[in-house]
Amino acid sequence: MENAQAYLFYVFAALAVICAIMVVANPFSRSPVTSAMFLVLTMGCLAGLFTLLHAFFLAAVQILVYAGAVMVLFLFVIMLLDLKEEQRRQVKSLSLVAGLVSVGAILAIFVRSLIATKPGEGALANVEGSTSKLGKLLFTQYLLPFEIVSVLLLVAMVGVVLLSKKDLK
Amino acid sequence: MFDNITNWIDGLTAMQQFVLFSGVKIFAVFGVLMTCVAYAVWVERKVAAAIQDRVGPNRAGPFGLLQPACDGIKAFLKEDFTPDHVRKAYFWIAPAIALIPALLTVAVIPFGSNLGAQKMVIADLNVGILYTFGIVSLGVYGIVLAGYAANSKYPFIGGIRSSAQMVSYELAMGMSVIPLFLWVGDLNLSQLVISQQGFVGWLPDALGSVRLPNWLVFQSPMLALSFFIFLVAAFAETNRTPFDLPEAEQELAGGYNIEYSSIKFALFFMGEYAAMITASAMMVTLFFGGWTLPWFGLDQPATSIPGGLLHIGIFFVKVVAFVFTIVWVRWMWPRFRYDQLMDLGWRRFIPLALVNIVVTALWLWIRSRS
Repeated sequence: MENAQAYLFYVFAALAVICAIMVVANPFSRSPVTSAMFLVLTMGCLAGLFTLLHAFFLAAVQILVYAGAVMVLFLFVIMLLDLKEEQRRQVKSLSLVAGLVSVGAILAIFVRSLIATKPGEGALANVEGSTSKLGKLLFTQYLLPFEIVSVLLLVAMVGVVLLSKKDLK
Repeated sequence: MFDNITNWIDGLTAMQQFVLFSGVKIFAVFGVLMTCVAYAVWVERKVAAAIQDRVGPNRAGPFGLLQPACDGIKAFLKEDFTPDHVRKAYFWIAPAIALIPALLTVAVIPFGSNLGAQKMVIADLNVGILYTFGIVSLGVYGIVLAGYAANSKYPFIGGIRSSAQMVSYELAMGMSVIPLFLWVGDLNLSQLVISQQGFVGWLPDALGSVRLPNWLVFQSPMLALSFFIFLVAAFAETNRTPFDLPEAEQELAGGYNIEYSSIKFALFFMGEYAAMITASAMMVTLFFGGWTLPWFGLDQPATSIPGGLLHIGIFFVKVVAFVFTIVWVRWMWPRFRYDQLMDLGWRRFIPLALVNIVVTALWLWIRSRS
């Protein structure tokens, strides 16, 4: 049983990395639709990893929200764009630098936190499994971050409405 | 012979037994579902014929019962033509992506109480309903990619229209079941079925033997409204009339699947019917008591093999009743216009579902205070 879980972890982790690479550097196709589809696969692999950690709620929501809703909208928008122009476009040096800097920063944070925590230590995983426990935590201990995130989403929504209006009165 | 098998099963470890029984359940459910898909087409054609005062398929076998087999053979043997201008990779995987989500959804639906020591559900997840919605939401990809793969105008418009429709109604569908789970307090579908045992408590005693089953649809007006929203959303999600715009024949020359032929076309077709059956199974489980019947103690988990089979039979009959209703509606209602469809989804059903959640929450809060 333990062995099977370890194997599944390696399978999902390897697939997630491969799919993630295919999103940004696919040697066979430069089509944004293909990139988006590989991103969906990456989300699926992440959901698999969450399941192995017994975070079933997180896994289900990962599929429901990211793979099922967000990526469908991505695909929707990509398909309505002019794909030919998008495929011809070369990578600009400025965006390359910006991308490398942000990836490097995230990598630095990951490495630092990996070094700081030893296996078996760190934050207690007290939200795994039960949905009601997770809900209670969100509305008690983590109420402020939760509300801030919802305000952030509201701001984004208001922004979209504002931008999509042609002439502001 | 039978003893040998029992001994062999008892000799296995718990893990091996789990793998064995899960495998058997998966194959059995898959087999039954695919047979039902084939015969749903037959039912559709027979009901259509009866409503339009025709005979319907009657050549292959008695009452045309072998028609699905003939259709299957035809679909496999026809030329599988791939037009030059399509995007090959997507053209190949789109039909499979359209069919798979409908098949995966059944994994969490409890289709019976138990047979022997085995629970009659493939995966008894504690987030069952979220899993279902997650998988259903992946169904959009099949149609979007089919439209994109065809690389021509009409299928593309069909695909885009369909994805917009499915995304819109997914929201209403997801929100319509929240009152249900507020009411029951559990996301596990087996627990949900257990909570629907017996008769409803709110009917006056004066009615005597006239009693309603304690199914969630009858438990409160809010849940009845939930069912109504879910039903409409299920029609839209499975692309059935009055919401079958993705394949509006007159407007889009057939929609997202024009460029497909042979078994690839048949896969889209099967996907639609499989989705229809799983949507029916969901409605039965969520609102109509699953495998339970309040009479003759049939709402308790079975203790014997015949009892277990009877529960599976009850579930099956309920699902068939829903499938029949969905087919029936197709020949009774005209199609909605696209703007009407969007208006109904976003401006009627989503606010209605939101209000329903708030009202249910308020009602539960008041009840818990008193």
